[in-house]
Amino acid sequence: MDKLTMTTMENSIRYPEETPDRLRIATSSKVVTRRNFFRLLGGGIAVALSQSCVYGWSDAPPVSEQLAADENTIAAWIHIHEDGSVSVFTGKVEVGQNIRTSLAQVVAEELAVPIQHIALIMGDTSLTPYDAGTFGSRTTPYMGPQLRKAAASLREALLEKAAKALKVPATALRAEAGKIVDGSSGKTLAYGTLTRGEKLLIPINEAVTLTAAEQWTVAGTSIPKINGRDFVTGKHQYTSDMVLPDMVYGKILRPPAYGATLAAVDVTKAKAMPHVTVVQTADFIGVTAPDPQTAANALARIAAQWNTTPQPSKAELFAYLKDNARHGGGDEDDRQEARRLFEASTHRLEHRVEVQYIAHVPLEPRAAIAEWNDGQLTVWTGTQRPFGVQEELAGAFSLAKEQVRVIMPDTGSAYGGKHSGEAALEAARLAKVVGKPVKIVWTREEEFKWAYFRPAGLIEVAAALKDDGTIASWEFHNYNSGNAGIDLPYEAGVKHIRYHPSRTPLRQGSYRALAATANVFAIECMVDDLARLLQRDPLEFRLSQLTDVRMRGVLTAAADRFGWGGKKAPGHGFGIACGFVKNSYIATCAEVAYGQANGQLEVVRLVAAYDCGAIVNPKHLENQVLGAILQGLGGALFEAIDFKDGRILNPTLSTYRVPRFADIPPLDIVLIDQKDIPSAGAGETPIVGTAPAIRNAIADATGVRLHQLPLIPQGLKMN
Amino acid sequence: MKLHINGNEYDIDTPENTSLLDVLRIHLKLTGSKYGCGEGICGACRVLIDGHATASCITPVGSVQHKEVVTIEGLAKDGRLHPVQQAFLDEDAFQCAYCTSGMIISAVALTNKSPKPSRQEIIDAMQINICRCCAYPRIIEAISNV
Repeated sequence: MDKLTMTTMENSIRYPEETPDRLRIATSSKVVTRRNFFRLLGGGIAVALSQSCVYGWSDAPPVSEQLAADENTIAAWIHIHEDGSVSVFTGKVEVGQNIRTSLAQVVAEELAVPIQHIALIMGDTSLTPYDAGTFGSRTTPYMGPQLRKAAASLREALLEKAAKALKVPATALRAEAGKIVDGSSGKTLAYGTLTRGEKLLIPINEAVTLTAAEQWTVAGTSIPKINGRDFVTGKHQYTSDMVLPDMVYGKILRPPAYGATLAAVDVTKAKAMPHVTVVQTADFIGVTAPDPQTAANALARIAAQWNTTPQPSKAELFAYLKDNARHGGGDEDDRQEARRLFEASTHRLEHRVEVQYIAHVPLEPRAAIAEWNDGQLTVWTGTQRPFGVQEELAGAFSLAKEQVRVIMPDTGSAYGGKHSGEAALEAARLAKVVGKPVKIVWTREEEFKWAYFRPAGLIEVAAALKDDGTIASWEFHNYNSGNAGIDLPYEAGVKHIRYHPSRTPLRQGSYRALAATANVFAIECMVDDLARLLQRDPLEFRLSQLTDVRMRGVLTAAADRFGWGGKKAPGHGFGIACGFVKNSYIATCAEVAYGQANGQLEVVRLVAAYDCGAIVNPKHLENQVLGAILQGLGGALFEAIDFKDGRILNPTLSTYRVPRFADIPPLDIVLIDQKDIPSAGAGETPIVGTAPAIRNAIADATGVRLHQLPLIPQGLKMN
Repeated sequence: MKLHINGNEYDIDTPENTSLLDVLRIHLKLTGSKYGCGEGICGACRVLIDGHATASCITPVGSVQHKEVVTIEGLAKDGRLHPVQQAFLDEDAFQCAYCTSGMIISAVALTNKSPKPSRQEIIDAMQINICRCCAYPRIIEAISNV
């Protein structure tokens, strides 16, 4: 017996006045569109019968039988089943940032229900409300409050229902552990018994009172990863692990270089292989087979000749980006004034910063399974934008969006690298022809060559100081990489800051913290060098130009923990950097050691302080922060894509180096919990401090001022 | 050919040069071992072969016919997690967790050989395993706590 439904009286509670027959719709027997669903219901508060099944991807009803509730109602976001278990619906997806846990925590908090009873249904275009995608650190600041409001509204509704049933004022009742409790009589009513699995189409109360962070008991604590056991036992099914009945495996013929066109092709040998199907259209050739090895063998037997074109190489990259830039626009007066002040100053510096393309390298490469059924398409795929992929697929096959369902199982990471749906489209094209479900899993080489990169960038920055040591002028031009984090957090007289989009030789897109990885690097290198030009301490100089108390707070906290100003061993250097991205603040201190005898550079330790407002899950926040900081080591020290004539020259993990155990220095993190400040997302910002802190420490240790990312792809070279 | 995997005997009909990883994942539906690089240097596909943590993506299945293979699915006994699995769970030593199977396999091989490994021993033994989410400090902590 379920421990949530244990009192005898609650089984007798019925609410006939709230469930007239005309409001009941059997969703499993007929197609119900959103429009006629609401016409049937009429306005106001209503309760309708809904699916009582579990909403997991494997059990969910087909597309035509989905029932989407209006997003202003509780039902769109939260459903209480008769047994008291709670389904929470969100279009956000889980890629390792642990929002499956943190969002369950905020719902558990507001709904007063044990977190073990909550299951999140995530990133399913048929079951969850529309969501633009999981990017931009938006889950915690936007989805968190949305679910909190829905949960708190639901708690209010449950209190009112219970008040009616028990004939006591709602104020005499409290919500606790999935039950409404009458303090005076001791009677309890389980949520599942109150709602009996019915769908609550009650509008979300936008003004509902939310639990203040100071009062949190579930949110704000280090709840372990909710389905952690499935991962340590190998049970969790990523898209690349899933199998459908009768499924075949697909492989796609790739050109040898970007922009290559097919001159001639012979598929005879592949076609002759047993159980192999070759799918050939004007712009696409793929094969399917009962297992991936046979599919790969078939692909290898296709003889193709390609026409390729000369294209820019890595050696020409930065000249190319500047030559092909479009002017960032806007007023030029401030540029002339900044230039004039720069020319007139006796304390001035000019930097040219080069930032290479780098790859996300999600350990699970792109994967998708596509299945056609009566003209309807269902796709399982690892993407940060399931609704975007749904639109992409609908467009490609001239379908209505409702005919396409995209489902995102918890996926093997993304870091901004899985905004697109390439594998989904490929699998769907093959499946449509072969008439069976098709699975595509990209190889590591395909992932390097045919996904997209963090943009490369050229940054030109010129700064001049007044006699009093304040910044007189700041001129900053970013070519191609983007404008995230481009604003100067320091006080300055005249500022001219522009991003100039350019043509890119390689496919580029989103990346953790976007261009802030480049812009904050350029800013923090320049500010550090200005401090050294004045022979001032880099921390003290920064603090003297900063008014934002939270930025000052992280700088001071990191410096204190690090022991800034303390003694350094010979050959050692200290560096510091800070950044503000998407409403959170990072400051990072680095200690490096340079061995003059062997020319080796070692990152001895890192210390960071981070402030993202009220902390929802301290341990998982620390995981996100340490993960971002350490992932930043790769882009800081050695990651770079090598390319020539549209070919990636290092498309493997043996030729493209990512951080490994031996690269990881001791790391100390200070998390600043600001309970009165709304929580910001934490997946991106902490990455931006790593590169400039290490660069500034190298400058401190050696006097060498590096102006490129990665800093030391071949080890530190002295001038 | 006959294979011994997780204490069970399997009769498999595939060419001997098929990768052990494909046999595990495709033929036996043991999908806990993951594909990550295909060249044996990311650790996601690691399994124990006679106790040694080995990349299954570059191991021909024919070469393990008379050996004992243990995958992530074979570590828990009677519903009880292996101490290394438990330590990873306790420490939240993962983010997306795609690397976790291979990490645990490497750590099991290490702790069988050296029950209380030093930090340096852990780094040396785990160097082949990539965690792209960079949960490395947590993983080191978990292995230290076994």
